[in-house]
Amino acid sequence: MTKNLRVKTSEYIDETNRISFKFNGKTYHGYKGDTLASALLANDVHLVGRSFKYHRPRGIMSSGSEEPNAIVQINPNSDRTEPNVRATEVEIYEGLEATSQNCWPSVEFDIGGINNFLSAFLPAGFYYKTFMWPASFWEKYEFFIRHSAGLGKSPTKNDPDIYDHRNLHFDVLVVGAGISGILAAKNAAKNNFKTLLVDEKNELGGSTIYENNEFNKIDNKTSSEWLKKEIEEIKGIKNLEIKTRTSVAAYHQYNYLLARENLTDHLETKDKTNKIRQRLLKIRAKKVILATGALERPLIFNNNDRPGIMLSSAVKKYSEFYGVACGSKNVFFTNNDSAYESALSLYNKGINVEAIIDIREQSESKIVRKVKETGIKIYWSHSIVDTDGYKRLNSVSIMKLSNDGTSVTGSKISISCDCLGVAGGWTPAVHLYTQSGCKLVFDEEKNVFIPNQNTSNQISVGSCDGDFKIDEIIKNLNQKLKDNFNIKETDLDNMKVEIDQENSKRNIWLLPSNKPLGKTKPFVDYQNDATAKDIKLALREGFRSIEHVKRYTTTGMGTDQGKLGNMHALGIIADTAGVKMGELGTTTFRPPYTPLTFGTIVGRNVGKFFDIFRRTPMNNWHVENKAEFENVGQWKRAWYYPINGETMHQAVQRESKAARESAGILDASTLGKIDIQGSDASEFLNRVYTNAWSKLAIGKCRYGLMLNEDGMVYDDGVTTRLGENHYIMSTTTGGAANVLGKLEDYLQTEWPELDVYLTSVTDHYATASLCGPNSKKILKKIIPDLDLSDENFPHMSFKETNIGDIQCRIMRISFTGEHSYEINVQASYGKDLWEKCMEAGKEFNITPYGTETMHLLRAEKGFIIVGQDTDGTMTPIDLQMDWIVSKKKYDFIGKRSLYRSDTMRKDRKQLVGLLTDDPKIVLEEGAQIVSKLNQSPVEMLGHVTSSYFSPNLNKSIALAVVRGGKDMMGKKLFIPMKDKNINVTVANPVFYDEKNERLNA
Amino acid sequence: MFLINCPYCGERDQQEFKAGGEAHIERPKQPTELSDDEWAEYLFMRKNIKGVQFERWNHAHGCRKWFNMVRDTSNDEIKAIYKMGEKPPSQ
Ligand SMILES: [Zn+2]
Repeated sequence: MTKNLRVKTSEYIDETNRISFKFNGKTYHGYKGDTLASALLANDVHLVGRSFKYHRPRGIMSSGSEEPNAIVQINPNSDRTEPNVRATEVEIYEGLEATSQNCWPSVEFDIGGINNFLSAFLPAGFYYKTFMWPASFWEKYEFFIRHSAGLGKSPTKNDPDIYDHRNLHFDVLVVGAGISGILAAKNAAKNNFKTLLVDEKNELGGSTIYENNEFNKIDNKTSSEWLKKEIEEIKGIKNLEIKTRTSVAAYHQYNYLLARENLTDHLETKDKTNKIRQRLLKIRAKKVILATGALERPLIFNNNDRPGIMLSSAVKKYSEFYGVACGSKNVFFTNNDSAYESALSLYNKGINVEAIIDIREQSESKIVRKVKETGIKIYWSHSIVDTDGYKRLNSVSIMKLSNDGTSVTGSKISISCDCLGVAGGWTPAVHLYTQSGCKLVFDEEKNVFIPNQNTSNQISVGSCDGDFKIDEIIKNLNQKLKDNFNIKETDLDNMKVEIDQENSKRNIWLLPSNKPLGKTKPFVDYQNDATAKDIKLALREGFRSIEHVKRYTTTGMGTDQGKLGNMHALGIIADTAGVKMGELGTTTFRPPYTPLTFGTIVGRNVGKFFDIFRRTPMNNWHVENKAEFENVGQWKRAWYYPINGETMHQAVQRESKAARESAGILDASTLGKIDIQGSDASEFLNRVYTNAWSKLAIGKCRYGLMLNEDGMVYDDGVTTRLGENHYIMSTTTGGAANVLGKLEDYLQTEWPELDVYLTSVTDHYATASLCGPNSKKILKKIIPDLDLSDENFPHMSFKETNIGDIQCRIMRISFTGEHSYEINVQASYGKDLWEKCMEAGKEFNITPYGTETMHLLRAEKGFIIVGQDTDGTMTPIDLQMDWIVSKKKYDFIGKRSLYRSDTMRKDRKQLVGLLTDDPKIVLEEGAQIVSKLNQSPVEMLGHVTSSYFSPNLNKSIALAVVRGGKDMMGKKLFIPMKDKNINVTVANPVFYDEKNERLNA
Repeated sequence: MFLINCPYCGERDQQEFKAGGEAHIERPKQPTELSDDEWAEYLFMRKNIKGVQFERWNHAHGCRKWFNMVRDTSNDEIKAIYKMGEKPPSQ
C-alpha cells in the first residue's frame, strides 16, 4: 500500500545497506544515511505528530534542527527512551523504534483533535484566563489539561549510557561546516592557528554540498562539486580538528562555548553498549568564527500547517541529498528565487511539479527563465488563500494578490497537490551570536536581523551574517579573514565565482485570504499553535513589548524556540502596531540552541560521583561497626551506632547515658582546624573573636565566638595556644572553609600590616574525643607516662606527647560537660588511635557515639550549635552569652554593630530553654511558639531550635529562640501543633550540671 | 563564564574564583566613633551600577589571593585587574 518515493541514487544514501525500523508500531525500510524523516518520507509518511494545543495533524516541515513538528519519542518502553527528538536529526539504524507524541490514543485518531473544532474558544491566553477561576477548580482542570497535552514521556528507568565532559582549548573555533565555515577553518589552520571545526550534521558541506544550480559556479564547477574537493583537502590539514554530529548549544562570555558531541545515537543498540553516548565539550577559543548559516522561513497563510506542507529548501534537500521525493504532485509557494531551484531539482529528477505560486509580479533571473522553459506553470502575483486535506494536503486554493498585497481579488483557482514547498526567504541563524551578548541590527533591504558588530575575537561569516549569495559570501569572508588574522593572501583571492542575479523581492509577513482573519488559521509558531490571530489579539489587549507578546501567545516558546516563525511574529507585530521592525527589537535567544539531554549536562557526575564525599580516617571502623551516617557539609559523619536492631532513639538514649556514666568516644576529625602563625597571631585573634586573647598562656585553650561585621554569630570553636606565635583554631565542621576565607579576606584586605599566616590543617589530623568519668583512666592506659592530674593537665589546657611512636596533641576540652580529652594524631594514624581507645576502654564499656548523641549531650548543657540554634540573626547577647563579649577591647569584628539601636532592642529573639509540662512530650524542632491561644492572627514569638528526650534527666528538653525570652523565665507558653497544643515553661537553657562539677569529675 | 587574569596565577576559568562585592570600601579605623548612620553606611550600603563597577574578587580555588577588578556590568567586559593596595586605574 505504501508508495516508494525513492527517486534516484544519492551518494549520501547507501542503498546496499537496507535498514528496517518501526514508526508507531509499523515496520518500514530505509537505507544507511537516511534520517528518520527522510526514511518516512520515502515511505510516503507525512503525518508524524499532533500539535500541542489544537492537536492538528502535523507533518515533517524541515530537514534539520529547526524542525517544529516532527517531534518523536525514540525507543519507547526501553531504558534508552528519549522524548522530544526531531525526526529530521535521527539517523536511522536497524531496530530503531519511534512513536508520535502529543496524540492519544493515536496519531491517526486523536481525541484532543476536538480542540481544533473548538479553537474559536481557545485563543491566546485562554488557559490563563479560564482555568484560573475559581481557584479551587484548578485541580480538576489540571487533570484534563495534563491528560490531553504533554510533550512525550520522560524515561522512568536508569539511563544505561555513559556521558562525558571534556575541556578543549583552541586558537580558533569555527561553528558550522558549510562553505563559509570550511573556507574559514581551512585558512585559519593554514595560517598556524590551532583550529576546531564543528557541525551538527553527520556530513560536512552544509547546503552547498547538494547545490547543483547550473548558474552558480565556482572555478567553473557546480558549487557542490567544488566543495567536495575542498572537504577532501581540509581533512588532511594537521592543525585542524573536525567534529561532526557536534552541536553548539551555548555561547557564553569570553568565548566559552558548550557543544554536544553525539557519538553513539546513530549506532545499533548492540553497538551502543559501554561507549560514551554524548560528550559535552567545554570549549574556550581565542577566536570564534560563526558560520551557522541561515534558516528558510515559511510563509504565513491560512491553514499553512497541513502534513505535506514543507519548507522548499527541505523538499530540495530530500530530493538531492536523500534521493526522496516528498510528493508526487508538488507545488511551490514563494516570494523569492530559491523555490525555483527546488522546483528545477525535482524536475531534473523526473519528479512532477504542478505549479509555482509566486507573490512577486515577475522575476527575470536565469533560473526563473529556465523553469519557464520546462513548462511548469507559474502563477505570478498570486497567493494561497486556503489549503485542503486533513491528514495530508490534497489541494491549495489560490487568488490574485492586490497591488498593495493586503487583499486578494478575482476568482479562486484550486490546484491539486500532495506536497507544497514554501519559500519565504532566509533568516540568518544568529542565535549563538546573540547568546554571546552582541546586538543585532535590522537590514531593511534584506528584511532580516543581522549581527551589527564583529570584534577582534568573534566574527560572523556567510549567510548568518546576512550574505546569501556565494559571491558576496566569498568576498566578505576573504576580507574578514584578512583583517582578523592579519594575513595578506588567502586562497579565496583567486576563486572565480559566477552567480545568477535575483532582482525581484517582495515580503508580506501575513498573507491575506478571501476570508476575514478571524475565520482563518495562519500558523506562526507550529509547535505551540500560535497563529497570526493570537498575535493580533495580544496587541489589541494592550501587550506591546515583544517579550510580553511572546509569553502571552507562547510564540517561540516551544522546544524549537520558534526558529521558523519568530521573524513573522515580529513582522506582524510591527505591521499591526505601525512601527519599524528595527525599533521593535527581537526576543532573546537563550541557550541551548537545541535541547540537551540531562545525561550530557551531568556527564560523569552521577550515582556515587554525584557529589564529593569527605570521609574521616576512622570511617572504615564506623562502617564495620554498622554506624548510620549523616551528611554534614560534604562529610559523612557517624550519626549513631545501632546494636541489635535499635531505633535511632534507642541508640541515642543508650549512647548518651554511657557517655555520662562511664565513657564515650566521638570521631571529631571533621571539625575545621586552622593553623595560625606569625608575630601578630595574638593580635589577630583579638580582632576576630569577641573575647580577649593576649593573655592566654602557652599550652592553654579558650573558647571563642566569631561574629560577622553586622554583629551576628558566625562561628565558634576552641583555639589553643601552641607557642608564643602559634595557635591552632578549631571551627565548626560546616564552617571551616568559610571561616578560613573570611580570615584571609581580613588579613589580605583590611589588615595587611599584620604578620599572620593561615593554613588549613583539617585533613592533616584525625581527632578522637574521649569523654565521661572514666575517660581519664582510659587515657592513662594509653599514655601511662603522662601526668593527668588536674594540676598538671587541667581543663582547657593542652599537651603535646606521644602514643608509642605516634606524636599527638591532646586538648582537655569538653563539648558534653563531661571530663574529656580531644586527641589529635596525624590523619594516617586515626583508625589506629581509635582502636587503641576502644581496646583500652573495653573494661569501662566505652561506647562510640555519633553526632546525634553529641547534639543531645551539648543541649543538656545548653551549648549552642551555630547554624542550628542560630540563623545569622542572633547576636551573642541574644544567645545570653554576654560573658564572652569583651567590654575592654577597643574593636573586634562585629563589635560596633552590637551597639546599633536594632541589636540593642529588648524584644529581640533570645535563646532560652523550654520544658514541656508533660516531660514525656518531645517538641518538634522548628515548631512555632505563641503566648496566647484562640487568637487570630496570633503573634509568633519564636521557634524551637533543638529538642531531645534527655535520658540523663529523664525528661524532654528544648532550646528555643523567643522574642524577649530573657525576661520570661518561668513563663508559660504554648506550642500549637496540628492536633494539639503543647504547654511549655521557659527555663534556663543549661539543664544539666549547671555548676560544671562534672568537668573535673 | 569569564576568563579572569589572576594577577598572581594568570588566566583562569571563572569557576575558580569567588566574587566579593564592591571594592574600595575601607573598614573604619575607629568604629566606636561612628554614629549608627555612619556605621550603617559602611556596613550595608553598596552600589549596584549598570556600567563600570569596581569589585573585589578572590582566587578561592587557586592561590586564595584577593584582588580588584574593574568590570562593566552591562556587558561583563573586564576592563582592568589590579592587586589589593594598588591604586585603581583612573577612568
Ligand atoms: Zn591566583
